Amino acid sequence: MTTPNEPLLSVQDLQKYFPVTKGLLKRQVGAVKAVDGISFDVFKGETLGVVGESGCGKSTMGRLVTRLLEPTGGKVLFEGQDITHMSQGRLRPLRRDMQMIFQDPFSSLNPRHTVGAIVGAPFRIQGIKTEHGTKKAVQDILELVGLNPEHYNRYPHEFSGGQRQRIGIARTLALKPKMIIADEPVSALDVSIQAQVVNLLEDLQNELDLTYVVIAHDLSVVRHISDRVAVMYLGKLVELADRKDLYESPMHPYTNALMSAVPIPDPARRNDRERIRLQGDVPSPLSPPPACRFHTRCWKAQAICKVEEPPLVELATRHQVACHFPENVPQEAAEAVSA
Amino acid sequence: MSFLELKDLKIHFPTDDGLVKSVDGLTFSLERGSTLGIVGESGSGKSVTSLGILGLHKGGHARISGEIWLDGEELVSASQEHVRGLRGKKMAMIFQDPLSAMHPYYTVGDQIVEAYRIHHSVSKKVARKHAIDMLGRVGIPEPGRRVDAYPHEFSGGMRQRAMIAMALSCDPELLIADEPTTALDVTVQAQILDLMRDLQREFNSALIIITHDLGVVAELSDDILVMYGGKCIEYGAAEDIFYRPEHPYTWGLLGSMPRLDRERTERLMPIKGSPPSLINIPPGCAFHPRCPYSDRTQGKADTEVPALLETEGGHLVRCHMPREERRSLWENEIKPMLETT
Repeated sequence: MTTPNEPLLSVQDLQKYFPVTKGLLKRQVGAVKAVDGISFDVFKGETLGVVGESGCGKSTMGRLVTRLLEPTGGKVLFEGQDITHMSQGRLRPLRRDMQMIFQDPFSSLNPRHTVGAIVGAPFRIQGIKTEHGTKKAVQDILELVGLNPEHYNRYPHEFSGGQRQRIGIARTLALKPKMIIADEPVSALDVSIQAQVVNLLEDLQNELDLTYVVIAHDLSVVRHISDRVAVMYLGKLVELADRKDLYESPMHPYTNALMSAVPIPDPARRNDRERIRLQGDVPSPLSPPPACRFHTRCWKAQAICKVEEPPLVELATRHQVACHFPENVPQEAAEAVSA
Repeated sequence: MSFLELKDLKIHFPTDDGLVKSVDGLTFSLERGSTLGIVGESGSGKSVTSLGILGLHKGGHARISGEIWLDGEELVSASQEHVRGLRGKKMAMIFQDPLSAMHPYYTVGDQIVEAYRIHHSVSKKVARKHAIDMLGRVGIPEPGRRVDAYPHEFSGGMRQRAMIAMALSCDPELLIADEPTTALDVTVQAQILDLMRDLQREFNSALIIITHDLGVVAELSDDILVMYGGKCIEYGAAEDIFYRPEHPYTWGLLGSMPRLDRERTERLMPIKGSPPSLINIPPGCAFHPRCPYSDRTQGKADTEVPALLETEGGHLVRCHMPREERRSLWENEIKPMLETT
């Protein structure tokens, strides 16, 4: 995939703190640091996968870059334009270019609207007139995502889960966006349907030259669909690399542990696999561990991990990692780190 | 006779729209100390089967026929009271969502104590000590303190551990786990699967694990049963299902799944269409509208229900295609496609 130098989306030191209040006066007693200083770029035509366990802030990140939430700090640039604190009114025209696919195809579609009304809503809101009328445009899109255009007047409950997810995808495509953020687009679907939707997303990307940010917890799906992959843990980006590099030579111990935890559909290998078993659960983002947030579960942790936060640095070509003791590091980079 | 035997089990629900044939003639057996994985998509009847074995459809609207033999006792014809006496001690279940399966008003300890004291006439104090033991066994830190916590105070993984502790508190001989790790993160899922494997070895219980995740069944199961539209469409040892599957639906499941242990395929091979509604199961082979090979059945696909026949050494397949044809399709077309890059 070609990646011209100018990023379509650029995120710099993005933060989102949700205040925790107490008492009648709603005094702020703390903050959930859902996203705590992450930076990355997304280039035109590529797919960036974002993985992490629940509570790592991946969904909040998706809502921040689409400005469904307003960041506490940092910057979001879309096509070079700063949208971090842009007003809703000024954001509206930009929403044509930036759309979102949600996880749950049941709650993200209004049950009282017909498919035509749902997929046609973007035209109405943006005040766009199409050549042969909105209905024709909507039917074209329905056909594009593999739905029968004659189902224009049906309601969401008349469709299966997979078809509903296609309706959601049709809605995001209505205005020919440049970028789509998909938050767990297939995790609510049956296995055989997941594959249909994954293939559809890939076809649409090729056909319409789309840029994707796919947020998911399923590492196999992310590997299949992404060109680059970012791994998040408790509001931080711990590793960011090209797909092949990340899956074949992960540097961060957490990435390594995540991958070895995925059950492998091969009965012969159930006993001979070398596994890394993490202890315990992800700590609460309300009071994350100091310094390196992974040190409480990390088997490589040493004294420095508890006092100094490792910065995200590029240790190999296009391979960034935030760890004091990374694995699979090329020789020269390892020397540079220890020097 | 095996420890657990199902013979032609049918669980049908009459509704205003027609008869829902959730489970339609299921036969299998399971020995102590072994694990059966039941795989299927939503609406394939896998959860109804497990609730049926536990007798949880009794007294409802369900029409149940066939036989369930558990350790020499027939359960379909047994009374509700009798089956209730078996639940907990003889057989127990781990549910998918521990937050809704546990009572929010009672502490975790109280709920384990209650289950334990139904089957054992011991004092509350002894039962509480047992509850603390069990919580410790499933890996909950500080069980002496945690025993007095409420379910909402636990994290998802800890809640699932507490559920397992509750299910195991009376040493059940048959344990049914319905999607035990679906609600969990992958690192916690790995912990829970390890725990279930260890506990099963220790207690030598029979385990049925119900899931849609082929990775999870491969980790745990000795035998695998693939369900579609309320029927078993393929059954065999785990190796048969993963290395020599013969049903096009099983091929479809394998092709739909991106795999971390292989080179990345350019494209997934999904199954077209979606799973059938159980009210309106397609005539003939329930899978034929989605099957890419339905034209190879000499016109029987939509007229005749294929029988579940043995192909080799306990490997059963429900398909109209001749065995030789299935074999050669797998060897020459499907397998190379799944394995190429």
